[in-house]
Amino acid sequence: MIKYALRRLLSTIPVLWIAVTACFFVLRLAPGGPFDGERPLPPVILKNLAIHYNLDKPLIQQYLIYVGDLLRGDLGPSFASEDFTVAQQIMIGLPYTFTIGTAAFVLAIIIGVAVGCLGALYQNKTPDYILGALILVGVVLPNFLIAPILQLIFGIHLAWFPVGGWGDGSIKYLVLPIVVLALPHAGRISRITRGSMIEVMNQNFIRTAKAKGIGPRLTVMRHALKPALMPVVSYLGPAASYLLTGSLVVESIFGLPGIGRYFVNAALNRDYGMVLGTVIFYMVLIVFLNLLVDIAYAWLDPKVRNR
Amino acid sequence: MNQFTKKFLASAMLGTLLAFSAHAATLNIHNGGDPQSLDPQKLSGDWENRIAGDIFEGLVTEDAKDNPVPGQAESWTISPDGKVYTFKLRDGIKWSDGQPVTAGDFVFAFQRLVDPKNAADYAYLQFTIKNAEKINKGEITDLNELGVKAIDDKTLEITLENPTPYFLNALMHYTAYPLPKHVVEAKGQDWVKIGNIVTNGPYKPVEWVPGSHVTTVKNDQWYGAKDLKIDGAKFFVLEDQEAALKRYRAGEFDILTDFPTDQYEWMKKNLPGQAHVAPFSGLYYYVINSTKPPFADKRVRQALSMAINREVIGPQILGTGELPAYSWVPPGTANYGEPAYVSWKDLPYKDKVEEAKKLLKEAGFGPDHPLTAELKYNTNDNHKRIAVAIASMWKPLGVNVELVNAETKVHYDQLQRGEVQIGRAGWLADYNDPDNFLNLLVTGVQMNYGRWSNPEYDKLIKDGNAETDLKKRAEIFKKAEQLALDDSAALPIYYYVSKNVVSPKIEGFVDNIQDIHRTRWLSMKE
Repeated sequence: MIKYALRRLLSTIPVLWIAVTACFFVLRLAPGGPFDGERPLPPVILKNLAIHYNLDKPLIQQYLIYVGDLLRGDLGPSFASEDFTVAQQIMIGLPYTFTIGTAAFVLAIIIGVAVGCLGALYQNKTPDYILGALILVGVVLPNFLIAPILQLIFGIHLAWFPVGGWGDGSIKYLVLPIVVLALPHAGRISRITRGSMIEVMNQNFIRTAKAKGIGPRLTVMRHALKPALMPVVSYLGPAASYLLTGSLVVESIFGLPGIGRYFVNAALNRDYGMVLGTVIFYMVLIVFLNLLVDIAYAWLDPKVRNR
Repeated sequence: MNQFTKKFLASAMLGTLLAFSAHAATLNIHNGGDPQSLDPQKLSGDWENRIAGDIFEGLVTEDAKDNPVPGQAESWTISPDGKVYTFKLRDGIKWSDGQPVTAGDFVFAFQRLVDPKNAADYAYLQFTIKNAEKINKGEITDLNELGVKAIDDKTLEITLENPTPYFLNALMHYTAYPLPKHVVEAKGQDWVKIGNIVTNGPYKPVEWVPGSHVTTVKNDQWYGAKDLKIDGAKFFVLEDQEAALKRYRAGEFDILTDFPTDQYEWMKKNLPGQAHVAPFSGLYYYVINSTKPPFADKRVRQALSMAINREVIGPQILGTGELPAYSWVPPGTANYGEPAYVSWKDLPYKDKVEEAKKLLKEAGFGPDHPLTAELKYNTNDNHKRIAVAIASMWKPLGVNVELVNAETKVHYDQLQRGEVQIGRAGWLADYNDPDNFLNLLVTGVQMNYGRWSNPEYDKLIKDGNAETDLKKRAEIFKKAEQLALDDSAALPIYYYVSKNVVSPKIEGFVDNIQDIHRTRWLSMKE
């Protein structure tokens, strides 16, 4: 297993290098530069800035400087935030995104699996229809629509939670963003769980369990849940990478200092260093999360483990 | 009750009291974007200026109405030729670490600003100072050649290249703030980090969470600290205006520095007196490429300008009542008085359209031979709405418009390259003076996107800037402005407005043309 994990990690190095190289050159080809804007800077200032950020050098030399710095673990400067390097900004934003993302991830699994199991147990009965309709709302409505609605109801009218901000980081500040972030994933998890559970419940070993007189709750918990979760686990990898890399929409609407907005803002600002830094960060995170999913898969399915 | 419990309860009570009192006088400001830096020489946005102007103070500063008033300098004299300014610093002014602010700190800051190796974006705003531009270009390498000298610790002398009547206004800009030489030299680039940074303004920063907020507290070393009514401010990063308005309604923000225009009517009814919409020193205009046919023909440019129904754009298309622009310099700009206007300003719109049709016909265009134009704008709902509306206003003239949008960086890149027939642009004044607007149409200036060129105009602007008598200067400038308007050098559309929402518990907030509201002038009702 360790050998497998190491091999997987090593195989990502060339992928990462190709991605960084492609990203580096594509960014430079994009029209508009980091210092273009409503107020054009005089040529003398532009020249000074170019020298300051090595942008006056030939492109290939800029690339070699970047890769050299990268190998030393330096993600370079950010053009849009001069007081913090790219690495410092990611490290500052990460705890916020990680806290919200992890909580949303756990909440999505709990709600999704519970609702999915109930839906399967009450297949085509009233609770199934009600839960299915509620879940559909979570999946279909985009979070830029749900967030303001929740802010209006629970923030302004009922005043149960703050409308936005991180505040002191206490739970009351986090409830709304976590719920908004978790809802669509909870919906998808519940649908996958329900379908998978219905399939498992029709299999022979479940019939045998039922024939032995084991109650439906115990049947589900002891026999059906584990195999039914296999497709859910496949979904958890991409879901986790989405949640842990932060959501631009949720962070923007709730004014949270996470890293979700970095990539889009950096791309719009032509903040070359920040775009590359976030690409590298996302890729490393995705590789790591996919590895975790594979390990979880192996734990759930002995056939995978013995392969 | 044992000793530990007593201590715990006492500190808990004290903590609660402190927390309560701190909350009571802390201003929560929705400030828009994330500051690029706290270093005044690395800033470029109004959201950064709000923080910088609270924590630093220049020789001259703003009052609540944005008029220049003594800041770190208690007085100044100007030489008869208008070139040499001598400032006397206040007694006892200190940095937040207790060290004295000296004339040397100003010399250090100005030298650092123009030093090319520091690549300060806005260094050019102080190019009126003797040798500033030459040093920045690398033509002079000795920083001591800059026209800023410390006569002694309390006296600073600034020599200009030419007499510059708006120089005091330019000194209010953050590029003219002093820097703590002792800290910058000791800490290098890290001088600006929280924990290291030392400031000389009414407040000092104590916390910066990128993407969230910057917190300031009262700077007890500032000469007027005892008169401050607000203990500190939290400047929140939040670019989503809808979300900001919700947080304001929930009482989480005391001031919004912008709001969604489509909410203005709702706010007037539901938050009476809280939405402040006021004239702002900025112009929204369309660039028109006067170097290429058919736009090189003045009649075409004028026809397009006349057919824009400016009266409906502010009230109906934007909904916030922006005033129609018929001049190049917004009314209310300092050192100017009433601006020059296009000659056809007061014609009824119907007559304007008829005249526009006539002009286009003379230029060879009409329903049989329609004029085709490309109109470029940067991606934004309001820019799009205005472009669609103006294209429909040009339709009766037989003008077919193709709308092309691009993200801001790409759009301005195209404007600078001159790859535009008609393009959207805007200008917000850096300092309150007509030169800041009129300069946009001078030949060869980068921001002259339409490449309009008129030697007489250029000469008038040069002459105006050499004139020390403000009245005569305004007359010369007005002649230049009239020349540009008569030639339809560009198409002014509306004057910007500032859009703030201010809680009724805030006092001292005065609308002004630069939209600058320093915390020091505000107070908060209980």
